[in-house]
Amino acid sequence: MNLASSPVARSNVSLALRAWNIRRKALLMGQVQGQGYIGQALGIADVLAASYFHALEYRSEDPEWEGRDRFLLSIGHYAIALYAVLMEAGLLPEEELETYGMDDSRMPMSGMASYTPGMEITGGSLGHGLGIAVGMAMGLKRKSNKAFVYNLMSDGELGEGSTWEAAMSGAHHKLDNLICLVDFNNQQADGKSTEMLCSEPLTEKWQAFGWHAQRVDGNDLAAVVAAFDAARDLTQAKPRVIIFDTTMCKGVPFLESREITHFVRVDADEWDKALAVLEEGKPA
Amino acid sequence: MTLASMARKYEARKLPEGERQATSAMIASLAAEGYATVAAPFGQALIEAAQKDERIVGLTADLGKYTDLHVFANAMPDRFYQMGMAEQVLMSAAAGLAREGFMPFATTYAVFASRRAYDFIAMAIAEENLPVKIVCALPGLTTGYGPSHQATEDIAIFRGLPNMTIIDPCDADDILGMVPEMCAHQGPVYARLLRGKVPSVLRKHKPDYKFKLGKAQPIREGRDVLVISTGLMTMRALDAAVKLAEDKVDVAVLHCPTIKPLDLETIAAEASRGGRLVVTAENHTVVGGLGEAVAAGLLSRGIAPKFRMIGLPDQFLEAGALPTLHDMYGLSVDKVAQKIREWL
Repeated sequence: MNLASSPVARSNVSLALRAWNIRRKALLMGQVQGQGYIGQALGIADVLAASYFHALEYRSEDPEWEGRDRFLLSIGHYAIALYAVLMEAGLLPEEELETYGMDDSRMPMSGMASYTPGMEITGGSLGHGLGIAVGMAMGLKRKSNKAFVYNLMSDGELGEGSTWEAAMSGAHHKLDNLICLVDFNNQQADGKSTEMLCSEPLTEKWQAFGWHAQRVDGNDLAAVVAAFDAARDLTQAKPRVIIFDTTMCKGVPFLESREITHFVRVDADEWDKALAVLEEGKPA
Repeated sequence: MTLASMARKYEARKLPEGERQATSAMIASLAAEGYATVAAPFGQALIEAAQKDERIVGLTADLGKYTDLHVFANAMPDRFYQMGMAEQVLMSAAAGLAREGFMPFATTYAVFASRRAYDFIAMAIAEENLPVKIVCALPGLTTGYGPSHQATEDIAIFRGLPNMTIIDPCDADDILGMVPEMCAHQGPVYARLLRGKVPSVLRKHKPDYKFKLGKAQPIREGRDVLVISTGLMTMRALDAAVKLAEDKVDVAVLHCPTIKPLDLETIAAEASRGGRLVVTAENHTVVGGLGEAVAAGLLSRGIAPKFRMIGLPDQFLEAGALPTLHDMYGLSVDKVAQKIREWL
């Protein structure tokens, strides 16, 4: 098991509580704007908690520390979720939470590297992250730097040809320091990902591209942690992918049961209700 | 239901016997009569730069041999990445390497960089202002393979991209000079490339010529006409000027290898001097290239000389032999001289 070097990460706070805190912060940011990609943020919170409080090496006080594991957010609109975990990890001051998506904020609606400490790349033009991750993994090897590069991407990005160019490239160059995280929530702008451009059978596809592939329930923290450990501890000279099946809006049942869309509708009076529902499920 | 295709059809021009030439292979060097040549100046210059700067790495998308990067790859194999026929990851990975502190030189054909990989250059490289140096062969009309290989609008595409510096070198002297200046420049650069045996033209006309990034330089003085040119069209303009001198037409040539940022200070000073006919010349469509940039720059400064543009038409160009095509689309020495005579 790899422990993050941050004192925050080494604390006794459980991963479940970290995930809960991430969900809560994301909801608070959504409330500021009255909108946001809250469905995705709630769904990916467990994966982010395991990333920043179990898997990644980083220093809260020095977001550009050379030894850090790089975490790339290819899906720029998931920024609301990443800001939440960056605050939880002490990389972003929590006081800035209420500036989310406002003019002059360091936290724009779609993530950009130049704006936010801890945001490694500008995502949003989908299908970019994995290719950049390939180059960073090559660069780290050139520098004999043992850090990992993580790229968080969505199932929708599996439709981009550039993703598969990068996948072939990662395997060709034997990038065993590259770990791709796919959030499979089966939802994209126009409907279910599997009905837009089906990427199944997905595990086999990645394996055929030369990757070590795992597929787990992305809202089962124990399974998520085990998958991270397996990906990091693998000794084969190949890149690794973990496909996380996640549930949009996880943790807020009345939103989970709503007709789920890419940009989930939350009415003005529902933010407090969602926060209250979340509060009821607060882990010990 | 029967539906007919609405795609365009080629209509042969039916050239007379004796005027038909064979299309040359893409790997062929650009012919320029009367000039000495330098072999693979880009590859040589990159090796020299990389010996001094350990950050430099080279990447290509299956076009090492066709961009002279193979010379670098052979000399420094551990500094070279073959990315395969995958231009999107070529540019993304170059961005990733730059994020980790390296200075990647990424090569492909100009069509593939500007058309296929544009979004990756825009977002992963230019938006982040990363020092990725994109060096592309077959700029403008330098192949007879037709529109799939003719990058007639690459400059227009990249001119609209913030942070991007654009270089269109004329010859081996420019290429040898531009590589170290590209390294010294902080941000991304898009450079057009002539490969193989590249003529040395500028120093023949101006022995002390030295490429300076961002600077337009007078190569030849003249009282009647000022040609403001870039890339291989400076070569053509200089040869046309020699030809026109025989007819007592005195042509000045101002060479602008850096298209962006454009040296409008020098251009404006030259264009407002002596009431000369001002002609721009570029190996690129007349839409969005040097000509329009010069026109806008001059008008914005209240300078309005008699002004004409030489460049490629707003069309998908034909396939065929390069000399035939250069003549047909007005890039040959004879056609440049003829146009200038007509406009005087």
